[in-house]
Amino acid sequence: MGPLLCVFQKEFRENLRDRRTLFSALLFGPLFGPLLFGAMVSRMLNQSVIESDEPLHLSICGPEHAPGLVSYLESQGVRVRFVALPPGGARAAVRSGAEQVILIIPAEYPARFAAAVPAPVLLVADSSDSQTRKIADRVRMLLGAYGSGIAQLRLQVRGVSPLLVMPLTINDFDVATPAGRAVMILGFMTYFVLFAVLMGGLYLAIDSTAGERERGSLEALLSLPVARGNLVGGKILATCAYMCLSLTLSLTAFVCIFHFVPLERLGMSANLGVGTALAFFAICLPFVPLGAALMTFVASFTRSYREAQTYLAAVLLVPTLPIAFASIYSLKTKSSLMFIPSLSQHLLMTSILKDEPVAALDIFVSAGSSALLALILMVLTARHWRRETMLG
Amino acid sequence: MIEASALNKSFGAVAAVAEVSFVARDGQITGLLGPNGAGKSTCLRMLYGVLRPDSGSARIDGIDILGETSTARSRLGVLPHAAGLYNNLSARENIEYFGALQSMKRKTARTRTDLLSRSLGMDAFIERRVKGFSQGQRIKVALARALIHDPGNLILDEPTNGLDVMAIRSLRSMLQDLRAQGRCILFSSHVMQEVAALCDRVVIIGEGRVLADDTPQAIREACGGGTLEEAFLRVLGNAAGLG
Repeated sequence: MGPLLCVFQKEFRENLRDRRTLFSALLFGPLFGPLLFGAMVSRMLNQSVIESDEPLHLSICGPEHAPGLVSYLESQGVRVRFVALPPGGARAAVRSGAEQVILIIPAEYPARFAAAVPAPVLLVADSSDSQTRKIADRVRMLLGAYGSGIAQLRLQVRGVSPLLVMPLTINDFDVATPAGRAVMILGFMTYFVLFAVLMGGLYLAIDSTAGERERGSLEALLSLPVARGNLVGGKILATCAYMCLSLTLSLTAFVCIFHFVPLERLGMSANLGVGTALAFFAICLPFVPLGAALMTFVASFTRSYREAQTYLAAVLLVPTLPIAFASIYSLKTKSSLMFIPSLSQHLLMTSILKDEPVAALDIFVSAGSSALLALILMVLTARHWRRETMLG
Repeated sequence: MIEASALNKSFGAVAAVAEVSFVARDGQITGLLGPNGAGKSTCLRMLYGVLRPDSGSARIDGIDILGETSTARSRLGVLPHAAGLYNNLSARENIEYFGALQSMKRKTARTRTDLLSRSLGMDAFIERRVKGFSQGQRIKVALARALIHDPGNLILDEPTNGLDVMAIRSLRSMLQDLRAQGRCILFSSHVMQEVAALCDRVVIIGEGRVLADDTPQAIREACGGGTLEEAFLRVLGNAAGLG
């Protein structure tokens, strides 16, 4: 067995017995994303169900001033409750959470309504609470509908066609596919996949470099008749193996979770079956040696476990940056972006999720640029290992 | 045989080792003696080729360590100052890993480990993970690791550091056995009794230079008798201009 494979085998076996490596590579890394994701999506599902199905509860103060409005609201299925509150009491009640939304109909309402000048109604709600904001929005829509109904009646009474004040009719055509809509939520799933890839190799990258130095086993290793490139190569290869393991687990977990979360009820389809998972694996594969080489490179410069952890925490954030940019500027898959690792993987995976066609050239450029960068980092790491300063 | 000829090494403006030459012969134990910071470790690191000398050369059995690094290193066993082990591997796995990296066949490495385990008295813990081993057990594993490929030459950097009296005595007898097998042993120390008890030849280093290179007996006599410790202090004192 060559020295490279020998180093690989030892690192792989040693870390299989390390609780920290196993936790980050096989548990935390691959499962954190999918679980968080599943929880988030099911919460969104519950919320949308609440919005459309649940009856709207509304407290009204001063209903005697607008019996017409109240009966309209009741006819629309609003569960109306009458409350008597002193002036200023409504705000306090909403602020304290005793009431969610209060509609106040002031005493001047009937006179102004009869005179056909704008009659005031007050809607008290807390817009910082997403739950009551939604209720207030529904009330506002109902009030608007009631208002425009009244306006049409007033025009007809005066012999004017209500169509005169409706110069436009707006018809929405939403061309988003169900899969496309899902991308809104699935967008950062790709980040979780890349995160799992890096987490899988994190501790091995630290243990095989800074750990080796901190334990004092490095000098004995460096005094062996083995080329430093073989030592570095074996260590990076073992890191890659754990990263692949983590990637596989992560994708499996995602497939399972999407099997159970009923995305169709949100009007979305999750294009994430076994086939897609395999495609994702292939797309992420060139990112594996890049991540492994980057982490090993950075960790090689550190003196201790602690120091390495500090710097590698920053490395874990590196793939988020291009993805954050992509969502801020809503970047689409373009050939020119395929040179940027992590961003290219993100865009390709997103395209597949959206059921968009993916150019073979784009996949090739994405894989090629990641692999090339990985190779450069490996050479730099091996060069650093040949230096005397490596002894520390 | 281990040879240092006119080794020089500076770190920035500090000359750590200056014009150091000596020879450690086969079948002998050679002690590199000097106070802390005298340049012992730097010197040994150049001999096993992890530091590159500014000038001069180091040879193992006549083979230049920088010219034919692999060949020279395969004839050399090294126990560095920090002889750390892999805690999640058993003693045997630690030793056989180095055997594999010395391009030994798996079976050969296994037989050789069995042999070393018996001769170093490690049979009771050879299959156990080294996490929780005592310092004495660790040094045995590290020594076996350095000897796995049956090298003719052995370099040990302060091997007795952190060992208790029992462990030191057992290490001493291990080194004597290795000498009896005709190996060349070079070790550094700042502990006088150790060197006096063990060495056939002593090289005294102070401030990066060789101050004396002879048998312990001859060094004592040259310094007007007394113990080796007195002679050592006299040699160092002369070098510092205190004599």
